[in-house]
Amino acid sequence: MTTPSTAIRFESVAKTYGDVRAVDRVDLDIADGEFFSMLGPSGSGKTTCLRLIAGFETPTAGRIMLHDSDVTDVPPYERDVNTVFQDYALFPHMTVADNVAYGLMVKGVDGAERRRRADDALAMVHLEGLGGRRPNQLSGGQRQRVALARALVNRPSVLLLDEPLGALDLKLRQAMQIELKALQREVGITFIFVTHDQEEALTMSDRVAVFNQGRVEQVGTPSEVYENPANTFVAGFVGTSNVITGDLATRLRGAPGPFTVRPEKIRLSAGGDVGTEGTVTEVEYLGMFSRYRIDVGEQVLVAVDQNTEAHGERPARGQKIAVSWPESSCRPIALTADGETDEQEPV
Amino acid sequence: MMKRGAGLGLKAAVVAVLAYLHLPIIFVFLYAFTTEDAAFTFPPPGLTTRWFGEAARNPDIREALTLSLSVAAVATLIALCLGTLAAAAIWRSKFFGRETLSLFIVLPIALPGIITGIALRSAINLADIPFSFWTLVIGHATFCVAVAYNNVIARMRRTSPSLLEASMDLGARGWQTFRYVLLPQLGSAIVTGGMLAFALSFDEIIVTTFTAGNQQTLPIWIFSSLVRPRNRPVTNVVALVVVLITFIPIILSQRFASRSEDT
Repeated sequence: MTTPSTAIRFESVAKTYGDVRAVDRVDLDIADGEFFSMLGPSGSGKTTCLRLIAGFETPTAGRIMLHDSDVTDVPPYERDVNTVFQDYALFPHMTVADNVAYGLMVKGVDGAERRRRADDALAMVHLEGLGGRRPNQLSGGQRQRVALARALVNRPSVLLLDEPLGALDLKLRQAMQIELKALQREVGITFIFVTHDQEEALTMSDRVAVFNQGRVEQVGTPSEVYENPANTFVAGFVGTSNVITGDLATRLRGAPGPFTVRPEKIRLSAGGDVGTEGTVTEVEYLGMFSRYRIDVGEQVLVAVDQNTEAHGERPARGQKIAVSWPESSCRPIALTADGETDEQEPV
Repeated sequence: MMKRGAGLGLKAAVVAVLAYLHLPIIFVFLYAFTTEDAAFTFPPPGLTTRWFGEAARNPDIREALTLSLSVAAVATLIALCLGTLAAAAIWRSKFFGRETLSLFIVLPIALPGIITGIALRSAINLADIPFSFWTLVIGHATFCVAVAYNNVIARMRRTSPSLLEASMDLGARGWQTFRYVLLPQLGSAIVTGGMLAFALSFDEIIVTTFTAGNQQTLPIWIFSSLVRPRNRPVTNVVALVVVLITFIPIILSQRFASRSEDT
């Protein structure tokens, strides 16, 4: 990356617990002011990476740079980084205001200044007037906001968020996604966001790193990662994808090289550059669109089509149909290097 | 919150059990006021408070009371420090034999006092240590540590480790995290453990007998004066004091425990 300034740099960072390689020689550059997501299934090393940045863990090998200074062995309380914890970790014996002002208090900021900045931080997350409450008197969404205010009040150069939206219900989560993104633009702080939810990562991030088994499989903008997945793991984890190999690849494009086609690129008609015929084996009605599984002989393809036609006019189960797609939608892809990694394909 | 219509039989049983448990104590209290000085007859022929004066003037009792209070205080203090540190170590780190170690720390509560007593006595003899205030303190600390440890570790297990990480993350150094986050979390558990430990130590007699040499704690004084026929109500007065001194911390600690449950 040629960015003006780097907030966080991983230089072949590794973290092992006994025989387990939680983080396996990761190199990473996160630019200043970026909304950066670490996406991956559980156990892929993304949370460990976050904890390495926060300083809760020390790497077994490699270096971590924060704004060009080596923080590998710097304790958490001396790092200009703050964390929003998955369980929020609000101090139950303190009021909301005291929770938010905690970072200022331990650094010896005087009382009046402390109160003013805590109030500002609470206003920023729309919790004016709730400073006197206890954490257990707040709803999940409100606690989440307190945790955010508490981390932002210190004006860190990097904010770490460990699956902070996981405990919220769908509507609230979507609202918070928009709000977090707006907040990040407003404060201009680098956000590093850990999630296993690919949609969340794609919606909010400037760039996404896809983690698998302690390694980074791909780093790129959401559209790069989605449109040009580096390998079958990324193709399968970020959205769904048809990986076309062997006989079918040869029949369709004259070469066995594996390639992918996203389900929404497949048209349920002839006329595209690449096409074949198949039988619909499954139709899932999803409201705005339907998902079809189409058996084309060698493989079963997944296609998604908008429900623009009336009910009776859409392909039904058992029907023989033509499918096709433009050549430009075919993406050559590497099969995930490590044979054993293929098994944990997520849903 | 008694459910409607608890049967008459059940009510009678409850009353009977409570009476069985507490009537003897009421008699101890009652005979602290009797006018007889050697034999107890029922009902007491008259009531007086003069035994309280006698007890207060008795130098043996005052000495024994002072010894019991100071042994309990020191043993409790030691137990709180060691118990809290042990709990913190076992909570924060994972190592081989962790659960076994935890069991060994609480074992003195389960172990019969007589075993602890014999073991301590032979250890003290072998090491050629003269019996003193400190042998008593060591003896009492064995089970006091267990009580303190148990209370603190139970609270720690309900405390999320991410609280400590959050504190560090926000810039707090080790001692600040201890002072502002860990201690308030553990506070009531430490107080409760301390009060229980104090009460246990104050009326302990078995381990005390083995580690006291010829010193007299209050329970030992009571025990030895049972065989003396004169001024028997004084013993009852002392018993009443022991009950009060052990009861108050236990009631307070229950209050504390139930209050911290609420939050």
